[in-house]
Amino acid sequence: MNQGDTSMKYQSQSVAMPYFVFAIVLFFGQIAFGLIMGLQYIIGDFLFPLIPFNVARMVHTNLLIVWLLFGFMGATYYLVPEEAQRELQSPWLARVLFWVFAIAGTLTIIGYLAVPYARLAELTGNEYFPTMGREFLEQPTITKAGIVLVALGFLYNVGMTVLRGRKTVINMVLMTGLVGLAVMFLFAFYNPSSLTMDKYFWWWVVHLWVEGVWELIMGSILAFVLIKTTGVDREVIEKWLYVIIAMALITGILGTGHHYFFIGAPSYWLWIGSVFSAFEPLPFFMMLLFAFSMVRRRRRNHTNRAATTWALGTSVVAFLGAGVWGFLHTLAPVNYYTHGSQLTAAHGHLAFFGAYAMINLAIISYAVPALRGRPEGNSARAQSLEIASCWLMSLSMLAITVFLTAAGAMQIWLQRWPESGQALSFMATQEKLELFYWLRFGAGVLFAVGLVLYAASFFVGERAGDTAHDAAAATT
Amino acid sequence: MSERFTKGMARNIYYGGSLFFILLFLGLTFDTVTALPDRENRAGLTDTVAEGKEVWEQNDCIGCHTLLGEGAYFAPELGNVFERRGNGNEAAFKAYLNAWINAQPTQAPGRRQMPQFNLSDHEINALAEFLIWTSRIRNNDWPPNVEG
Repeated sequence: MNQGDTSMKYQSQSVAMPYFVFAIVLFFGQIAFGLIMGLQYIIGDFLFPLIPFNVARMVHTNLLIVWLLFGFMGATYYLVPEEAQRELQSPWLARVLFWVFAIAGTLTIIGYLAVPYARLAELTGNEYFPTMGREFLEQPTITKAGIVLVALGFLYNVGMTVLRGRKTVINMVLMTGLVGLAVMFLFAFYNPSSLTMDKYFWWWVVHLWVEGVWELIMGSILAFVLIKTTGVDREVIEKWLYVIIAMALITGILGTGHHYFFIGAPSYWLWIGSVFSAFEPLPFFMMLLFAFSMVRRRRRNHTNRAATTWALGTSVVAFLGAGVWGFLHTLAPVNYYTHGSQLTAAHGHLAFFGAYAMINLAIISYAVPALRGRPEGNSARAQSLEIASCWLMSLSMLAITVFLTAAGAMQIWLQRWPESGQALSFMATQEKLELFYWLRFGAGVLFAVGLVLYAASFFVGERAGDTAHDAAAATT
Repeated sequence: MSERFTKGMARNIYYGGSLFFILLFLGLTFDTVTALPDRENRAGLTDTVAEGKEVWEQNDCIGCHTLLGEGAYFAPELGNVFERRGNGNEAAFKAYLNAWINAQPTQAPGRRQMPQFNLSDHEINALAEFLIWTSRIRNNDWPPNVEG
């Protein structure tokens, strides 16, 4: 084994560790609140008025966004020095920003839970610069400002490292994605009194993140993990990466139009949004081909099988969630009936998990053992457990998606399809969906078990007599 | 991928394609922003409507409801609640909304509960104006029926 190519090469890569650990801690919180919401869908007054549904949802979605950001930052701090072939510009700054972001994030979540939202808006002076109360952008304005400051420090630190070091395609694409992430977030500060203008540019944060610049981040992290675990020539990997991100932006930018069907924007968006978003599965399909073809052409059997499993897994589940489930309801005549139903929730769950949760779990699976002095990966027992957790989480999230899809189809059939007068009301329809909500909750519990197994796998040691060589032998 | 398709070609498609579609998107955005005042009836966007939007945001209504199909899927769509509950009559809708919001939470066991937000009559009136204005946005006739 070529030790130099698989372990931590630069001391400053170790700043990634707290980011990864905190990401997983927040992931636990996200799932806990997901389970609360899952129950509230069935037992409407569960935990009311202690944790109203809107508060649980805000915590659930905001924790998702923040843990993914922590994961992206950790991934960046880990891979940028290695790609640039130099130490990070300022490890000190990275450690300080970790605490700033962690404390600001925690205080915001405590704020959501401790006081009514209107009181939080009042306490944080929302009236002077109103940005709160919009989906996913619920953070107080001062938290948003804090996010911008952390992002600036982060981009400076990483940007200087890239500029002064070797400029690989992976580093340049990752930087483009991260700068894009920060720039698009600035639209979170634009909140006009016109609802249509508000919604139009709100999507510049939300859509142009997840179906735009985040795909650049995902692609470059995936490319890095594949170079490390397969040993395939960098030239080949980089060509694939360019094709993937070209597809992502060519389809994704005008694909924003699939959100402009029914918010007041001109009718030509029905056509533009339908046509371009119909091609949005392409970059995800390319990522799937990419991952499997690189693993098939691998030049080495890396002993961290778990990381390879996550890398393949993220390409499959992202294609299913973002690609297949996205296409399912993206054409305007279909979306006319599915818009804002449980079908939307189904797509959101599988897409976010497959693309962005799993790419983070992949880099964590690769980097954390290396950061802990095990460049060849965790012990064989630990990896078996981790691979089992990958299957359990993926299949239970797929189950959540299937049950929500069934709920969505029934909701459309009862509430949307019939004429006014014959259609069932929203609340009456929800009661008919109870069985699907129970099944979804059950799948959610299994997902939580999967997450516990994932975290536990990092603490599973070797049996006496097991060695890394045994692990290596087991894979060949 | 074929050997004849080089990394340089892939890179050029990325840069050229992205730039082209960014510019096209900006052009379409300009056209949309120009068309929106008419489609949403901006002349009718009074100070009271704007205040209603702030009430909507300060209480995180989007955390349970959808508005024009966007938001959470826990409670009914409100982009057309004016038609559903007010039947097109502004005075009737305002009276309905005031009574409904003040009656929350229902405390019906097992039923989804809406919190008591302690809104003033003035705030509820502004919220009603905002929802009435929203219901008149020309949005390609969504939702399909009055149930939202």
